[in-house]
Amino acid sequence: MSDQHRRFLRLRQLPHVWCPGCGNGSIVKALLTAIGDLGLDQDRVAVISGIGCAGRAPFILDFNTMHTTHGRALAFATGMKLVNPDLKVIVIMGDGDASAIGGNHFIHSCRRNLDLTALVFNNGIYGLTGGQLAPTTPAGKRSTTSMSGNIEHAFDLVRLALGAGAGFVARTTSYDNKQMVTFFKRAISHKGFAFVDVMTACPTYFGRMNDLGEPYELLHYLRDTTSPSEDIAREHDESPPADLMPTGIFRDEERRDYGTLYSQRALATSGKGRS
Amino acid sequence: MKRQRLIQGNEACAHGALYAGCSFYAGYPITPSSEIMEILAQEMPAQGRVFIQMEDEIASISAIIGGAWGGAKVLTATSGPGFSLMQEGIGYASITETPCVIINCQRWGPSTGQPTKAAQGDVMQAIWGTHGDHAVIVLTASNVRDAFEMTVRAFNLAEEYRVPVILLIDEVLAHMRENIAWPEPGELPVVNRRAPESTAGFKPFADEGFLPFGAGSRYHVTGMAHGPEGFVAHGEAAARELRRMIGKIQDRVKELAVFEAAMLDDAEVAIVSYGITSRPARAAADQLRAEGVRAGCLDIKTLWPFPEHLIADIAGRVDRIVMPELNLGQLVREVERAAGGRCEVRALGRIDGSLMTPQQICDAARSGKLQAVGQENSK
Repeated sequence: MSDQHRRFLRLRQLPHVWCPGCGNGSIVKALLTAIGDLGLDQDRVAVISGIGCAGRAPFILDFNTMHTTHGRALAFATGMKLVNPDLKVIVIMGDGDASAIGGNHFIHSCRRNLDLTALVFNNGIYGLTGGQLAPTTPAGKRSTTSMSGNIEHAFDLVRLALGAGAGFVARTTSYDNKQMVTFFKRAISHKGFAFVDVMTACPTYFGRMNDLGEPYELLHYLRDTTSPSEDIAREHDESPPADLMPTGIFRDEERRDYGTLYSQRALATSGKGRS
Repeated sequence: MKRQRLIQGNEACAHGALYAGCSFYAGYPITPSSEIMEILAQEMPAQGRVFIQMEDEIASISAIIGGAWGGAKVLTATSGPGFSLMQEGIGYASITETPCVIINCQRWGPSTGQPTKAAQGDVMQAIWGTHGDHAVIVLTASNVRDAFEMTVRAFNLAEEYRVPVILLIDEVLAHMRENIAWPEPGELPVVNRRAPESTAGFKPFADEGFLPFGAGSRYHVTGMAHGPEGFVAHGEAAARELRRMIGKIQDRVKELAVFEAAMLDDAEVAIVSYGITSRPARAAADQLRAEGVRAGCLDIKTLWPFPEHLIADIAGRVDRIVMPELNLGQLVREVERAAGGRCEVRALGRIDGSLMTPQQICDAARSGKLQAVGQENSK
């Protein structure tokens, strides 16, 4: 751990709750690198999370931190950002957190385009509750509630975010530190709603239940089940394999964010209330 | 002469919130509360305050809690179905000691019920709706001026005690218009958030006041059991913190009790009521007095913490308490408990969507036998 990361950690709150081999530590490290590289004011950064393994990240992060309820982190963050627009608000969610119980808040946050950065630590399973099926569990994969294999179709969160209108949409993996840092910096710098789907691996449940081996072998699994979107387009122009997840930046469009539009409208109607 | 305005209850709530300094509203449309958000949608941007329509009521309560920690005085308003959805957030607001106000314009029945019919069926849910032992304050109002004042009071209590405050009104009060003396600036007290003496090393749950995010002291907020610094606590430490949170409300029952008593000094019959039902209750007491029955009434405006000392005092002096409610007997259970068998307590319930009439209350006060709960009087 370098000093660059240490200054953003609450060392008294260590050790964290994550299992050995969990990818969440790698993601958090990349996030702290990105925050450090961008030179953000530590006092003006808020990290807001939901419930689940990913939701525990803020406990160890030395920013203004809030661990909210399951699925609602984006709604809490919406209130926080609207009343305190100078804060840089980063939202950390798990995949079940963001797309099952919090799916409604997720799509509406994409649509509303408030200036928030949303990161999903996507391990395709419910870790903290003991390895149950998530909306992101790939078809056929086993979990404690799909012991014979998942018969549902998995959510592709990137396509969901694109369809819901997010201005910045990217996917990376906890295997690729350099790409994570690059994408996180782009997402945090984006004015408007920015979403990064971070594919990661849960060795304790997803790995064990699907015979994927040791944590290092799960990193290989992440590497082998993802591919840069341009490579997929080049190599499989007609029908890319359904289980190959594209990585990359899928959209990066500046559009006027909710906060800016609200301020303009407030200015235009100033003093025009009825009372 | 004071400025008079003819407004409905929902308008009074909206303008009461503005008077109290509400700087952030998040909500979702629902009958019969929607006028509150429609008015605030127009007024708040024009006054440099923040309004947002969220995707549902869970998002609404979550957003106002986020807004409170961002430094705003916050409000949401809803009705039964939305209030059910908000219970999760109310629990979070309670354990994180977040100052916030929730107005529930009660409508009839569980589920969709009858959206345009009045009821007082959410009393127990307002007090106990979220899971686990927890602290909330529940207020009510019986007329339009009251709706204004109690909204201001709800904000004041939320700030003073750092607790979610629920204001229960109902469909009739929400839409009823009355001419009210418009409160002038400075006429009603307005309590603002207490800042800590020092920002350095601020502990968010140590009764040091309130410092919003980004104000120079980085701290942690969680809905998990936590200690003064906001980090996880277990066992005795968790129990101690929860007792403190509940105690700061329960230990101040007398200070928190807002009520109006009339003609109780020599009363043999006391009509105990709250909210919209206090109007026919007062009319019934007057009618009974005209008939020679020594009736009085107590309009309880603080439903929780329940002001049992008021009931205990009355129970020792009257023969009978009559408790009309637009439900099948919710707050009457608290009244019975507080009366402790020292007088007869008669529950009078009405659930056909109409208001209680003075005649019904008079009949219950006079008749020799107990009024069967839940049977509408045909008169």
